Amino acid sequence: MLVAGIDIGGKNVHVILMKDGTILAKGAAPTGINKTEATEQLYDKVLQQAGLRLEDIECVVATGSSGRRVSFAQGVIPEAAADARAVVQLIPSARTIIDVGAEEGRAIKINSEGKVLDFAINEKCAAGTGTFVDTMARALEITMEEMAEASLKSTESIPMNAQCAVFGESEVVSLIHAKTPKHDIARAVHDAIAGRVGSVARIVGLENDVVMIGGVARNTGFVESLKRELATDVIIPNEPDFVGALGAAAAAEAGVVEEKVEARVVERQDYDESSN
Amino acid sequence: MLANYGFQDGSGDWFLVIDTDKCDGCGKCTEACPVNVLEVGPDEYDPFREEPVVKVREEERKKIRYSCASCRPGYGEKPAPCVITCETGAIFHSEGWKLLYGK
Amino acid sequence: MAEEVKEFWRWPESHWTNLDIDWKQGKIITSGVDVGSVSTQAVIMVDGELFAFSSTRTGSDSPDSALKGLDIALEVTGMTADNIDYCIGTGYGRVNVPMAQQTITEIACHARGANFVYGPAVRTVMDMGGQDCKAIRCDERGKVIKFMMNDKCAAGTGRGMEVFADLIGVPVWEIGPRSFQVEKEPAMISSTCVVFAKSEVVGLLEEGKPENDIIAAYCAAMAHRIVELLNRLEIEKEFAITGGIAKNEGVVKRLENETGVKTMEKVWYNPEYNSRNYPFDTQIIGALGAALFAMALLERGRVESARKA
Repeated sequence: MLVAGIDIGGKNVHVILMKDGTILAKGAAPTGINKTEATEQLYDKVLQQAGLRLEDIECVVATGSSGRRVSFAQGVIPEAAADARAVVQLIPSARTIIDVGAEEGRAIKINSEGKVLDFAINEKCAAGTGTFVDTMARALEITMEEMAEASLKSTESIPMNAQCAVFGESEVVSLIHAKTPKHDIARAVHDAIAGRVGSVARIVGLENDVVMIGGVARNTGFVESLKRELATDVIIPNEPDFVGALGAAAAAEAGVVEEKVEARVVERQDYDESSN
Repeated sequence: MLANYGFQDGSGDWFLVIDTDKCDGCGKCTEACPVNVLEVGPDEYDPFREEPVVKVREEERKKIRYSCASCRPGYGEKPAPCVITCETGAIFHSEGWKLLYGK
Repeated sequence: MAEEVKEFWRWPESHWTNLDIDWKQGKIITSGVDVGSVSTQAVIMVDGELFAFSSTRTGSDSPDSALKGLDIALEVTGMTADNIDYCIGTGYGRVNVPMAQQTITEIACHARGANFVYGPAVRTVMDMGGQDCKAIRCDERGKVIKFMMNDKCAAGTGRGMEVFADLIGVPVWEIGPRSFQVEKEPAMISSTCVVFAKSEVVGLLEEGKPENDIIAAYCAAMAHRIVELLNRLEIEKEFAITGGIAKNEGVVKRLENETGVKTMEKVWYNPEYNSRNYPFDTQIIGALGAALFAMALLERGRVESARKA
């Protein structure tokens, strides 16, 4: 069966073409201003790459914050469902998924079958997202890759007060003026987002193994900060930014074009314990 | 006075509210809070008040959404420990948690 | 520096002295210094009457900014810091006011200051500073009865407007007037987060949307954001809006339209202040409130004068 999974996020669109569980071709592109157009262009390109035509694809499933923009998709599934479906295939021991993209972050608790048990999101705010790192990298006048590398060199942990990306930027600028080494600032930035992401993760409750996906998972400096924040190991699959598209493709293959995520089935914590 | 500690962002209202007219500064809530968000001290918002009052610690004010989340305020099986402990009914949470996580 | 950097986002500096008062005849001289993230205000009062004030930029060093602010307020008065009975620091940098005997939160000071400036009828005060936003409900004595503050998120703070002014390269004082030079009121910017709003604005600019339309769309979003913040408190009349944003008609008018509540006129409660043309500047309200608290605390015998000369 020939299927496609498309993930349109805040900043990039990812496409995967799959035949009977094997990836035939894939591609990524920035969404730009016209997300629909960018998606259609990328889809055509990936089809060409695989030597396929539009009509060869039997089922297309979309996901991502702008998943509904894929007019040619048979269905749209929530990001949490796509993430869970793909991650459980890639790393069967995964129980907590942390997905941090350009404009959103989420934590998902799953069981061994990849069913979403609970999830929490951070949206509509750049704090705790890839955009936060981007903004700070720009203030530091370094690339994201340089920033990741730099923060790994840091031995000094400086707390950042700002939660907001706009205030964070001024804080980074004043740290630069105070002649704080760039690698320490880079780490401070990563620690700050890790703190925020960690807080979201703790809402669903951490359970090992913890898997991180999304574009920000490529940032090795951030992953180190996250490990420290969560005090546990964090597994990063290959090409973590393609996981959403992979999940959508897997859903298409399973014939799932609609899926609801039922959250809040986690066991409640015991209040008596804490109030005594 | 209704002292709203916390913040509002794109996803909701995240405030721990203290009714300082009801608060007698007993401090039981500070012990009940599992994440150490509260403290008792002089009223920063009424310089004429002589009695101490409970407030949210300065460093917690910008992260109350996350700090308070573990107690499931407004939608847990029981109210948050600080709310349960307060004999004068001076503490409550805004709706953010309930609206976003409660369903 | 060879070239002056263009600044689109700051309001100009100012200072004023009340020539009707001979401070040497005064009994109690108090001052309030409000060190904000962007600007610092110093107010001096003689027996509870406004005597002098300054509004200057906050530099990178808060103690210096506070000292400079007070110095500028004292200019031409012949008064020195030693003549002041009691000084209270307020604002974001209040712990960095070296000459202050005490600090008081800006929320308390704003309520009290607004009560003096606008009179006892004021019930809701919305202050929007460079780095935070405060919504206060107060009683007829200027005592806070409800408040909330937002300093975690730049949306709904003056900073949001500054970032926007810088992005489109239009001075902040032109934003208001230009926001009304549109054929039809455009849809507001939909993102709350300033960072996301920035990309939205860049997108609109690239699409070729007229600049004034984008300005109007941003003012509307800002006004809407303020309304959302105010909803927690529920606006009660009379309603006053203070801080840098109060000078931006583009936001204030849209805020009034959305809430259906008019903001208080920018005139002194004390008619004499109006007839004598004392400048009305809402940015000094915090510092004014601090100076009033200093006065009240001295009168109530809660504190002692620290006057040296």
